[in-house]
Amino acid sequence: MKALLLRDLALALRAGGGFGLGLAFFLIVTVLVPFGVGPQSELLSRIAPGILWLGALLACLLSLDRLLALDWEDGSLDLLATSPLPLEAALMIKAVAHWITTGLPLVLAAPLLGVLLNLPAPGFLWLVVSLAVGTPALSVIGCFGAALTVGVKRGGLLLSLLVLPLYVPTLIFGAEVARRGAVGMDVQTPLLMLAGITMGVIALMPFASAAALRVNLR
Amino acid sequence: MSVTDQKPQPKRPSSFWSYANPVKFLAFSERVLPALWVLSAICLGVGLVWGFFFTPDDFRQGSTVKIIYLHVPSALMAINAWFMMLVASLIWIIRRHHVSALAAKAAAPVGVVMTLIALVTGAIWGQPMWGTWWAWDPRLTSFLILFLFYLGYIALWEAIDDPDTAADLTSVLCLVGSAFAVLSRYAVNFWNQGLHQGASLSLDKEENVADVFYFPLLVAIAGFVLLFVALVLYRTGTEIRIRRTRALQAREART
Amino acid sequence: MTLAVKDLCVARGGVPVLVGLSFDLKVGAATILRGPNGSGKTTLLRTLAGLQPSLSGDIQGAEDQIAYAAHSDGLKAMLTVTENLSFWGHVFGLSDIEPAIEAFALNDLRDRLAGTLSAGQKRRLGLARLLVTGRPIWMLDEPTVSLDAKAVELFATAVRAHLAQGGSALIATHIDLGLTDAQVLDVTPYRATSDARAGASDEAFL
Repeated sequence: MKALLLRDLALALRAGGGFGLGLAFFLIVTVLVPFGVGPQSELLSRIAPGILWLGALLACLLSLDRLLALDWEDGSLDLLATSPLPLEAALMIKAVAHWITTGLPLVLAAPLLGVLLNLPAPGFLWLVVSLAVGTPALSVIGCFGAALTVGVKRGGLLLSLLVLPLYVPTLIFGAEVARRGAVGMDVQTPLLMLAGITMGVIALMPFASAAALRVNLR
Repeated sequence: MSVTDQKPQPKRPSSFWSYANPVKFLAFSERVLPALWVLSAICLGVGLVWGFFFTPDDFRQGSTVKIIYLHVPSALMAINAWFMMLVASLIWIIRRHHVSALAAKAAAPVGVVMTLIALVTGAIWGQPMWGTWWAWDPRLTSFLILFLFYLGYIALWEAIDDPDTAADLTSVLCLVGSAFAVLSRYAVNFWNQGLHQGASLSLDKEENVADVFYFPLLVAIAGFVLLFVALVLYRTGTEIRIRRTRALQAREART
Repeated sequence: MTLAVKDLCVARGGVPVLVGLSFDLKVGAATILRGPNGSGKTTLLRTLAGLQPSLSGDIQGAEDQIAYAAHSDGLKAMLTVTENLSFWGHVFGLSDIEPAIEAFALNDLRDRLAGTLSAGQKRRLGLARLLVTGRPIWMLDEPTVSLDAKAVELFATAVRAHLAQGGSALIATHIDLGLTDAQVLDVTPYRATSDARAGASDEAFL
């Protein structure tokens, strides 16, 4: 299992774009927002938590179609499916690798982008916490979408259509934590809900993903 | 080669599962469909005419309240259609009856139209009532999310060529989607309270409709249910015929 | 362990392609799978490897015993030869990749990125992967594609060594590997005819 994680990380590093692309997209979205809504700092600081969450979510979505497609094309998925490693575990590890290469950099970069959007000072901590708790769910749910669409040519758009509605609860609670944190309200309820979703998704989603992938492999 | 000399059918007409045989299902649906069309037309006609023309105007809402006869039944069917798809998907996963998978496929476009009707009539109703076509009310938002789920489900069916693979994948999506739809409903409730401090706009009219409105509404709902059943049976029949044509062509090509 | 296949029916896209297939693959034996293109050799191998379900019939002794190699080798262009091999070795629980490198003469290429290898070299690397799986039954689908005569000889030697160690192999191929005592299984007689298509996914609609 460690071998698969290390391989995916090494591939993401060497093939380039693994770390950089999502991050660059996140930066661009954040920079473009003020051009769209105007530079008033009080407006920006009010919408900053939501924009940052939305940007992170879209950046995460951007790399999902590569999550399984490359392994599908070169036959690695066939070989993994016949290996002693359960497919559920293999998919979970691929989701973890996706989070480390995409989600984690977003979490770390979010405070810097928060400065650009004039995020209020108490909001930084909760923004980082909410993203750290919520983005793993994005990767795991995205892995399910990738498993569903791996056999479809040009499945990228379909993948977005399938995955985005599944992202709604995570987005709602995640952005709510960040927003409440920014205005100094109690964050406990949405934070617990967000953590609950992430844990539930981690526990159950790999089974659905593996079921979908097995159908696609046969 | 004749089509009729197939293996003998098990003689168990009493079992519900015997209708999972496509041929038997077709025969059954052809028998009941005319009655269903007529009944649903009668119910819809009576319910809507009664509702539109023979009920008094509401003292607060005026005549706009009458859109309830389209809005509530379609909203109800939008949810029930998804629920039916969930049950059909489960039957396909567990018992591998092709009719079940095709029924789920057939129900999705009907469900999405019902959702659309509910959203549009809601907007038309909402405009004079709240002065806006759209508000991010939890119910409206949930329906919008349901609409997206329907779109994804239909798109997945369309994207995959092999019918059994498509049936499997859409069934998994339907199961996962159902869990997330429920989750979204609660999330949206939470989110809206979080933003608006108590929902001032409630669409929950069912508790406070008077009897004069209630009875024609029941008839209209019955009409929508019958229409839905008829449409799904009809569309399932079409899907079965498509697969049948495909099977015959495959057999032709191989002989 | 003997792989026993009894009355197997395999399908491609819901349509049966091979029906009533029975054979045994004994320890230390190799079986060459023959049949024209599209006769269902690949489908049979994929079914035996557990990648797709069979329509009917019984497969015994296949669980976690099979190393499968198909047209695509599952190689990562951005990893070196040794990294590719040791990855699969770790997945299958074997970390010693030296015998595999030795057997397929990959020593000179070991630090090259797999993406820079020629087609034949990639193929050799893909076949070397079989040795790091430690699995007793090899299921090979056209293993000699793009191999030159010398590499085919390397491959045949590796198969013989594998058989001598108590392994077995089921190989779909059109060329003569020089495996003298290998049985030949021609799938042509088992091809599904149109009236023996019971169980087809569309059959229910007829």
